[in-house]
Amino acid sequence: MSDPAHPNMPSEPSGTRLVATLAAAGLFSGLAIVGIYVATLPIIEANNARALERAVFQVVPGSTRMQGLLLDNGELHAAGSGDAPGVYAAYDDAGTFIGYAIPADGPGFQDTIRLIYGYDPAKRQIIGMQILESRETPGLGDKIYKDHDFAANFDALSVDPEVVCVKHGKKTSDNEIDAITGATISSKAVTAIIRSTNARWIDELPGPDGVPPLEEGDAP
Amino acid sequence: MTGAQSHYEEFSKGIWRENPIFVQVLGMCPMLAVTNSAINGVAMGAATTFVLVGSSLLVSLLKDFIPKQVRISTYIIIIATFVTVADFSLKAMAPALHKELGAFISLIVVNCIILGRQEAFASKNTVRMAVADAVGMAVGFTIALVLLGSLREILGSGSLFGVSLFGPHFEPWVIMILPPGGFIMLGLMLLVFASIREQREKLGERLAAEEGAA
Repeated sequence: MSDPAHPNMPSEPSGTRLVATLAAAGLFSGLAIVGIYVATLPIIEANNARALERAVFQVVPGSTRMQGLLLDNGELHAAGSGDAPGVYAAYDDAGTFIGYAIPADGPGFQDTIRLIYGYDPAKRQIIGMQILESRETPGLGDKIYKDHDFAANFDALSVDPEVVCVKHGKKTSDNEIDAITGATISSKAVTAIIRSTNARWIDELPGPDGVPPLEEGDAP
Repeated sequence: MTGAQSHYEEFSKGIWRENPIFVQVLGMCPMLAVTNSAINGVAMGAATTFVLVGSSLLVSLLKDFIPKQVRISTYIIIIATFVTVADFSLKAMAPALHKELGAFISLIVVNCIILGRQEAFASKNTVRMAVADAVGMAVGFTIALVLLGSLREILGSGSLFGVSLFGPHFEPWVIMILPPGGFIMLGLMLLVFASIREQREKLGERLAAEEGAA
């Protein structure tokens, strides 16, 4: 095919050509990445909001409406659309306050555990807990969200004097959490996260009378 | 006729003869890390297929415009773009799966199967050949991931695609869904695969010898 007298030797490309090639690749890549980011952002945000809503309604049984709350100088008020709320207040259909949903996180056995729990200030009890994110050992530590008996610990858990973790089957009073056999570290981690978050929030959260009323237009 | 045949040839070699996992033993990081369930294998396989086919298509289309001095950087830019697209799309369409696969979607960028195919094949072949090769390699990779994921899920969780198989009395082999289980199971699979290949080769030799004798 190629003529032996004129071997097919392409001349070496110039430096400008090399830079131009990479710059063009970068430009198109940038456009594509920003395009997909902008296109998927609203869907991803809606997914996250829906997931949060589902979690709040689950940890505060009976609730169907919620709003984010911010703590400002010891005073709770409804969070605007731009702020990241600290806790959530959950209400029933009629807008009657049921309980707070408190997000929390802390170190687990492998990685940060993120969870959310429901708190009823009238009873001073935790009324539900859900693990949002964790990388605990499959088959052992992951029982913190797969084991229904462990989850049942948080259906009516007194916060006074504070929540403590006890060995499996040794639970005697209602501020104690029955640990999972084989997942003691993960059980203790969940307990420690809730204990420290309680210390931060419980005294700041007013009873049912002091909760900011549900702002209209917040209905799902 | 020969054209169609060689397209098929390029496609099928990735599935058996040059399977990226069982023969080339490439891409071990995603292979071992995400295959603790069958569905994770499917998702990882699908994301890798998208990136590999897209990148091979673009690289073979652009091969005459990319000077060889900057080819690696250009391939990486192309691959990274497809990975970002796959990452955001999966996050929007299947948030639960995306959470499960975590960082391993982004790590497709450094999957050596993908850059390997660009350098070894797509940059030297026509678009149709490159796509046939990429699809074949991707399917071969996906089959391996799903196979390993299924076996580990069956033994380690007693279920397949989340459907419980053995009832409540099955005691799962937890080790199978932990990292060591991935190594053990992959080793066993490589063993089986290699012995099948060996037997087929022996059979081929015997047939050829018999033919020569006749």
